[in-house]
Amino acid sequence: MVGPILEVTGLGKRFGGFVALQNINVSVAPGERLGLIGPNGSGKSTLVNCLSGALHHDSGGIVFNGRRIDGMPAYQRTRLGLARSFQLPKPFRSLNLLDNLRIPLLYTVNARHGAHLSGAEIDERCRALLADVGLIDKARRLPRDLTQVEMRKLELARAVASDPRLLFADETMAGLSPSEVEEILLVLFRLNEGGIAIVLIEHIMRAVMRFSTRLVVLVAGQKIADGTPQQAIKSPEVERAYLGE
Amino acid sequence: MMSTVKFWIASFVVSIAFLVLTRWLITNEYYFFAGYQVLQFIVLATAWNILGGYTGYTNFGTGAFFAVGAYSAVVLHKLTSLPVPVMMLVGGIMSGIIGFGMGYLTLRLKGVFFAIATLALAIVAQTLIVNWDYVGGSRGIYVIRPQHAPISGSYIQYLYSLMLALTWVSVAVARTIERSTLGLGFNAIRDDELAAEAGGVPTLRLKLIATTLSGALMGMSGAPLPYYVTYLDPASSFNLSYAVNSVAMPMIGGMTSWIGPIVGAVLLGTIQQLATVTISSALNLLIVGVLLILFVVIAPNGVVGLMQSRWRARIR
Amino acid sequence: MFSLDLAVNAIVAGLLLGGFYAAVTIGVTISFGMLDIVNIAHPAFIMLGSFVAYIVNSNFGLDPILIGVVMAPLFFLVGMGVYQVYYYAFERRGEESIQGLAFFFGLLFVGEVALILVFGVDYRFVEAPYIGPSLHFGFVDLPLRMLIPFLASLLMLAVLQVFLGRTFIGRAILAVSQDRLALQLMAANPSRVKQIAFGISIATASVAGALLIIIQPVEPSIGRDYIGRIFAICVLGGMTSFPGMLAGALLIGIVESITATFYGPSWAPAVAFGFLLLTLAWRPAGILGR
Repeated sequence: MVGPILEVTGLGKRFGGFVALQNINVSVAPGERLGLIGPNGSGKSTLVNCLSGALHHDSGGIVFNGRRIDGMPAYQRTRLGLARSFQLPKPFRSLNLLDNLRIPLLYTVNARHGAHLSGAEIDERCRALLADVGLIDKARRLPRDLTQVEMRKLELARAVASDPRLLFADETMAGLSPSEVEEILLVLFRLNEGGIAIVLIEHIMRAVMRFSTRLVVLVAGQKIADGTPQQAIKSPEVERAYLGE
Repeated sequence: MMSTVKFWIASFVVSIAFLVLTRWLITNEYYFFAGYQVLQFIVLATAWNILGGYTGYTNFGTGAFFAVGAYSAVVLHKLTSLPVPVMMLVGGIMSGIIGFGMGYLTLRLKGVFFAIATLALAIVAQTLIVNWDYVGGSRGIYVIRPQHAPISGSYIQYLYSLMLALTWVSVAVARTIERSTLGLGFNAIRDDELAAEAGGVPTLRLKLIATTLSGALMGMSGAPLPYYVTYLDPASSFNLSYAVNSVAMPMIGGMTSWIGPIVGAVLLGTIQQLATVTISSALNLLIVGVLLILFVVIAPNGVVGLMQSRWRARIR
Repeated sequence: MFSLDLAVNAIVAGLLLGGFYAAVTIGVTISFGMLDIVNIAHPAFIMLGSFVAYIVNSNFGLDPILIGVVMAPLFFLVGMGVYQVYYYAFERRGEESIQGLAFFFGLLFVGEVALILVFGVDYRFVEAPYIGPSLHFGFVDLPLRMLIPFLASLLMLAVLQVFLGRTFIGRAILAVSQDRLALQLMAANPSRVKQIAFGISIATASVAGALLIIIQPVEPSIGRDYIGRIFAICVLGGMTSFPGMLAGALLIGIVESITATFYGPSWAPAVAFGFLLLTLAWRPAGILGR
């Protein structure tokens, strides 16, 4: 596919008098690994929420895969191939891991034109997804039996179950130990190799620097840098924002 | 695990057997009277649970849907003469429309606001009926029961049979939903609506299905009421006791499966019948309220939940 | 039949009524607006306040408002107790939504039925020197039985506003309503603060109940009419703001009064509830809610 998979122009969002996002312009190429960083409260999560459809943006346009998706409800965006994981894992608590994955499969993959997977095929895919993130042993358990890092993996597996072309990984590694961060990073690399563009929103700098081919820096609702990781980090605005904190 | 079709057939057989047995063995009219009440509660509890237990949206406006069904029947009764099953269908459609409308207005909000809105709706609906003289307004209206039932036996027995049929349909529908993709979607919404939406579940659409279906079933259960009581007035048909009961029964019985509302309805319904007969009818409402509070605090998964955890404990 | 005196009097009565509605709603502004606890049983506590005022007044002849204020500490303790149960059963488990609602719903119902069992369904009223006389300004009537509760209500609001803004506990409550985490970092226990706040919200019901029975005779099922009013006003007023809530209360009071005067009192209950539905339908909500 030629051209960016996601094109955001002039995006703005305010909460009452508070301007959370101002004139955000960013684009993501297919299969790209984009890092999104910024201090707390800079608007990263708000941006993800606006792009995924959890929030309505006030101004600007979003084009995904060549289609304008402004005003589209979140579930439709997911069906088009725009997936997100949640910063605080939100598993379906009363369902086992298999069923947790079954839902996005039934409601996205099976809801798209043409595709119609049988119950057995869906079952198989669920198992494959769980195996991919190393959770197949706990397939029939409930989310409350999972460790922190396992929850994050489930969260990623669920986002990926919808067969997306673009994934927003929202602070997936927050609070994890170095080896756990490594596990998640490997999963993300592998997903990216499969063709999914990934936007990694993170605070853990070494993970972001390793993972990203491009870096976007957000401060106080505005984009202040956009380039290769080395370029973006060296820009004077970024230095000021991080060192002056 | 029984397939859906088999369940419909099995439950049909059970219902027919129950109907035949009760009508053959029981002669005292009072038991059919009381039986109608309990069956009606099973339908209300099951209907409530589709929106409340499966989808996680608490509806306090059961009275409104129920009464709309009853008053639709009154209007039809005044206009023309139709068989009661047809009135039930019409009542169901009317209440279904109300459920859809209410859902459309309020389902975009957090569950809490939805619950409050349902209360508001119930009062608004009641106020409208109170001010509508065609159906008797606040004074109420008398409805004359037809002389003969379309089938053998007394008219009360006929109504009882109809309510049994509706119970069969409601329970079978509930179980069908439970095992279907739709039910899984409801479950996802209940557990985490944001995550469900992000997972491709069209949450608004599913919630509207739940409110419409739930409302329609409630309306259908209200339609025979005018013939059952022969005197209908807003105060009793919109009574908050319907709301409390339809919340308490699934909560006490268990909200995650189709069995819970039946258990809760039979339990509470029987207790209330006994209390009304032996003590007073105000006291029986007190009992329901107290039981609701107790169960909600101590055993939030209801009787079914208690059974399930005991069974699980025994396996280990 | 439209006439100027009727309209003006309806508006004035509505204002006075609205002021009283603020007293009724202030408790829920605290419990729901600030603490996120959906206490739909608040009307039951108000009715309890009314009947307590009735008993003491009919047996000892004390002024109802005085009774309401004196009983407030008792209601405060009851409120703390109710919160304790709520906390252990729901908040602690994180299962606040459906079961918490059912809990309060059950409480509302049990409250009403208990009152019916004890007092029956007859209307009860209190005796006080200001129930009956009215002030007259030209063609405008100001019944004292509405004016006094109006003033008392405003006073209670002012006192609470000062309390929340100036005292340590008050400010802790405001902090809890905004950021539970921040409070924990300050080494104050949020649930303790919430318990006190909830106690205060129930204490207001004691006073509100006394004011209610001054304005009109009461019987147990009147509480139901107030559920919609209370939440309509709370939502209209923006949930946490006292001035906003007062404005909402006055608005609803006026609209109800005009409706009752020109269209008949049987339409009045629908006003507040209709307002509530409309307000909820037009709330600027993304799927994230508030």
